[in-house]
Amino acid sequence: MKRRNFLELTALGFGGLMMPSIPVFGDIISPERLLETVDPALKKRLADVALNSAKSKGASYADVRIGRYLQQYVFTREKQVQNIVNAESYGVGVRVLANGTWGFAATSDVSDKGIAKAAEQAVAIAKANAKLQKEPVQLAPVKGYGEVSWKTPIEKNAFEVPVGEKADLLLAANAKAMENGANFVNSALFQVNEQKYFASTDGSYIDQDIHRIWPNFTVTAVDKASGKFRTREALSAPMGMGYEYMIPKASEKIKGPEGTGLTGYRYAYDMLEDAALAAKQARAKLTAKSVAAGKYDLILDPNHLGLTIHESVGHPLELDRVLGYEANYAGTSFATLEKWKAKNFKYGSDKVNIFADKTQKGSLGLVGWDDEGVKTKQWDLLKNGVLVNYQAIRDQAHIIGEKESHGCAYADNWSSVQFQRMPNVSLAPGKTKKNVDQLIAGVDKGIYIAGRGSYSIDQQRYNFQFGGTVFYEIKGGKIVGQLEDVAYQSNTQEFWNSCADMCDESDYRLFGSFFDGKGQPSQVSAVSHGSAHTRFNGVNVINTARKI
Amino acid sequence: MAILSKEEAQAILKKALSFSKADECEVTLSGNIGGNIRYARNEVSTSGAEENVSMSVESRFGKRSGVATINEFDDKSLEKVIRRSEEIARIAPESPEYVEMLGPQKYITTKELFDSTAKIDPAYRAEAAAKSINAAAAKGLTAAGFLEHYTNFVAKLNSKGLFAYHPSSVIDFSVTMRTEDGTGSGYVTQDFSDASKLDTGKASQIAADKAVNSRNAKALEPGKYTVILEPAASIDLLQNMFFNMDQRNAEEGRSFLSKAGGKTKVGEKLVDERITVYSDPTNAEVPSAPFSGDGRPQEKVTWIDKGVVKNLYNSRFWAGKTNSKSIPAPGNVIMEGGTQSLEDMIKSTKRGILVTRLWYIRAVDPQTLLYTGLTRDGTFYIENGKIMYPVKNFRFNESPVIMLNNLEALGKPQRISGSLIPPMKIRDFTFTSLSDAV
Repeated sequence: MKRRNFLELTALGFGGLMMPSIPVFGDIISPERLLETVDPALKKRLADVALNSAKSKGASYADVRIGRYLQQYVFTREKQVQNIVNAESYGVGVRVLANGTWGFAATSDVSDKGIAKAAEQAVAIAKANAKLQKEPVQLAPVKGYGEVSWKTPIEKNAFEVPVGEKADLLLAANAKAMENGANFVNSALFQVNEQKYFASTDGSYIDQDIHRIWPNFTVTAVDKASGKFRTREALSAPMGMGYEYMIPKASEKIKGPEGTGLTGYRYAYDMLEDAALAAKQARAKLTAKSVAAGKYDLILDPNHLGLTIHESVGHPLELDRVLGYEANYAGTSFATLEKWKAKNFKYGSDKVNIFADKTQKGSLGLVGWDDEGVKTKQWDLLKNGVLVNYQAIRDQAHIIGEKESHGCAYADNWSSVQFQRMPNVSLAPGKTKKNVDQLIAGVDKGIYIAGRGSYSIDQQRYNFQFGGTVFYEIKGGKIVGQLEDVAYQSNTQEFWNSCADMCDESDYRLFGSFFDGKGQPSQVSAVSHGSAHTRFNGVNVINTARKI
Repeated sequence: MAILSKEEAQAILKKALSFSKADECEVTLSGNIGGNIRYARNEVSTSGAEENVSMSVESRFGKRSGVATINEFDDKSLEKVIRRSEEIARIAPESPEYVEMLGPQKYITTKELFDSTAKIDPAYRAEAAAKSINAAAAKGLTAAGFLEHYTNFVAKLNSKGLFAYHPSSVIDFSVTMRTEDGTGSGYVTQDFSDASKLDTGKASQIAADKAVNSRNAKALEPGKYTVILEPAASIDLLQNMFFNMDQRNAEEGRSFLSKAGGKTKVGEKLVDERITVYSDPTNAEVPSAPFSGDGRPQEKVTWIDKGVVKNLYNSRFWAGKTNSKSIPAPGNVIMEGGTQSLEDMIKSTKRGILVTRLWYIRAVDPQTLLYTGLTRDGTFYIENGKIMYPVKNFRFNESPVIMLNNLEALGKPQRISGSLIPPMKIRDFTFTSLSDAV
C-alpha cells in the first residue's frame, strides 16, 4: 500500500530540474504530531520481526527501513497564506536477497503481523524474479554497526517554531518585495524531517533523525503599458539545517560583486533583504539591455553553478545511468566505463577538482549512514580535471573494482525501494586567495550570472543550455549594468575544460535541489552542490528574446 | 476495498458528513489499485503493486478552512477526521479568496473504467514485459521499459448537497531500445484507458525499428528546418501552452496571453486558422472525469477555434471577483487534425526532419512561452518524400505559439498522455545546436 499524493501547485517559479509537481507523502496531520517520535526500542523489536521472517522464508540477506516521513509546507502570495500542509507518512519497507535476486515489499501496517507479511512478500517476489535473473546480485561487504544513532546537527527544530511565525516571515518578505516595486510575489517554506530506522542481517540497527529546510520565492514585475513581465527567483539555498538558517547573521553574508547589490548567503539566509533586492532587480529586468549573442567569459555565482554541477557532473557519473538502468527515462551517460578505465579522460581543466560526499556540514545529503546501512564518506570524482570515479552502492561497487559501497543509496519513502542517488557533488574552491571582485577584474568581455533559471541537458549529458535569474554585463573588469535574455549553450567536456579560475574557500557555499527526480516510478531526492564563484572562458551565449 | 461502488462510497461519505458540526463540510473519498513493472538491460529490474483508499475532509467556519485526511473508515475514525479538520479550521486565518461550496450539480456520464485494465495481474505484467524484451532480443537490442496501470475511483459529498462519483482506469507503457554499440536508440510510448488496446510486443517493434535505423547518424547544420513532430514529440510543448491558459494570470499581466494595456488575447487570432483545440470528457478515445477536483461539471469547452483564443480556464474566486465565467481546467485536450497518416505526411515532404521524441523541455521565457529541449531516440532526415538517413540529435529553442503559426499540415490525431494530438508538419522549427547524445 503506497501512501503517496502529489500536490499539484500552480505557484510560479518552482519548476526546474526533473520535477513535475511538488510531492507530498502521506496523511495530513495536526502540527503537534510533527514533534512526536517513535521509541527506538520498539523499532528494534519490529525490525527483528522483519529480518527473522525474511530469513525463515529463505532470504540470504534482508534489510528493513521503518520510516516516519514528516513534511510541513507553507505557501503564500502577496498578503495571504495560500496553503499550509502538515503531512506524515509512517510505514515499513523490507528488502531481501533470495536466490541471488532482490525482492521488495512495503506496508503501512506497522504491526508484527503486517511486517512479517511484507517480509514474506518480498521473499516471494525475489524468488519469482530470480527466474529472469542472469547473474546473482553481488553485495560489497559492510560491517554491522550494532545499535547506533545519528541526528542532523540542527540548532533549532523548524517544527518547534509555530506555523504562524513562519507564515508571518513569508508575508513580511512579500511585503518587502511589494514595497520595492514587485507586482506579485509567491513565497514558500519547505521543511522535512525523516525519522528513519534501518536494520539489516549484517547486524546494524541505525536510528537517524534528518532535517532539511528550503525558503523560496518568485517575485514578478509587470509593465502594464508594454505588456511585459519579468521574474526573479530567491537566492536562498535548500539546506540540511534547522530553523537557524532562517535567522540572518552578518557572519554568514558574503558580499557580492561591486555594482550588483547582491549578497551570498552561507549558513544563514536573510529573506527580507533578498526579497527587497529581488523586486528592484525584477523591475530593472523590464528595461535591461538585451544581450548580444556571442562568446563571453562567464563568472558564475555558487547559487547558479550548483545546478550546472548537478546536471553536467552529478548525473553523468551515476553508475546506474552509465550501465543503462535509466535508459528509458533519465537517460544514459557519455562518461562511459572506457573513459574511466583510461585514467586520462580530461573531463575538465586542471583547475577542476570535483568531489562527492554525504558528510558536508549543512548539506542536503548529510547523513550518518545511507539507506543500506553504509557509513557515509567523501571521495573524488574528478581529480585535476581527470575522471577518476563514479557514484556506486553495494550491488554496483564490484563493477568499478571498489571494495566498499560509496554510501549513496536512498529511498524517498518507506514504500519506495532504495537505489543509487546522487550524493552531494561539489567543486573544490581555489587555493589562491581571491574574492569575486578580483575574479571579475580579470575579465574583459563577460557576463555575471546569479541564481537558477532554466536547465536543460541531453539524455547522455553532452549538450546543455542553462539560464539564470539575474545577469550583469562585465566590461574591462567591471560590472556595467543588468542584462536580459541570456542563456549559455555548451558541451559538458568543452565547458569544464574552459574553467579558468575560481575564488577561494572563504567564498565557498552550497546550493542544491530539494526535489531531484529519478527512476520509474519517480522518486525525489535532496542534494547539495558546493562551489565558490568560478570563471569559464569563451562560452557561447545566445539571446532568448522572441516575439509572439 | 480499494475500488468502491457508487453506493458503497456514498454510504461512507454520508456517515462521515453526519459527524460534521461545521458551517460547510466537503468529504472526498478516492482510491486506486495499481501495479508496475520496470526492466532494463533486457531483465526485469523492479516490479510492484499498490493499493490505496484515502478520505480528505474540508471543514469551514465562516471563511476559515481546515483539511484533514485519513485511511481508516470505521465510525470512530470518520468522526476523528471530521473533528480534526474542524480543529484546524478554527485556528486557520480567514481566506480572502473564500468562495462558498457548490450545491448539487448535474454531471454527464463518461466511460473511463475498463475491465481489461482493472483485472491486470502480475502474470499480465510479466508477459507484457517479456514480449517487449523478446522484441529487443530478437534484433540484438537492449530494452529499458516501464509499464504502469491504475484503476481509480473518486467520490465527493458536501453539506450543500453536491454528490459526485467517477471510476476510471489507465495503462501507460514506454520502452527505449538501444543497439549494443550504443549508436542507435528508438522509443515508443502508448497509453490507454482500455488495456485491451495495448500490445506491448507490437508497440516495441516501433522502438526496435527506430533503434536499428538510427545507427550512425549524420550531422546536419543547426538552423531552421521543416519538421514532422510525432504526437509523442509535440505533446509536452503543447501541454506547456495549454496549462498556461489561466485567466487570472493573463489578466494579472504575467502570461503569454497578456497584452499591452492590461488586456488579454482572448478573442484574438493567436495561431494558424487550421488549429482548433477543445476538451471533451465524453470522447471515447480519451475519456476523462465529468467533474473537476472542486466539483465543477466538466463539459465540452473550446479553447482555440480556428486559431482564435476562445476561452481560458478560470477559478471560481477569480470568476466571482471579475464577474466572468468560471471554467475548470480541462481533463483532456483534443486537437483537431486531418486524415493523413504519418507515412502520408512523410511522402508529401520535400526536405524535413522526423522527430520521435523531445526531451528535457524547460521554460526559457514565460512571456513568449519559449522552451528549450532536445530531440531523442529517433531523428531522421526526409528528402523527396522518403526517410533518407538518421541525423544527430538537435537542441531546439522554440515557442509552441510560433510553432503553431508555422503550420504546414496536420495528420490524424492519436492518443498520447490522455489527450488526442495529430502529428504535425511545421516549417522553420528552430534548432540551435547539435548534441552528441544517442
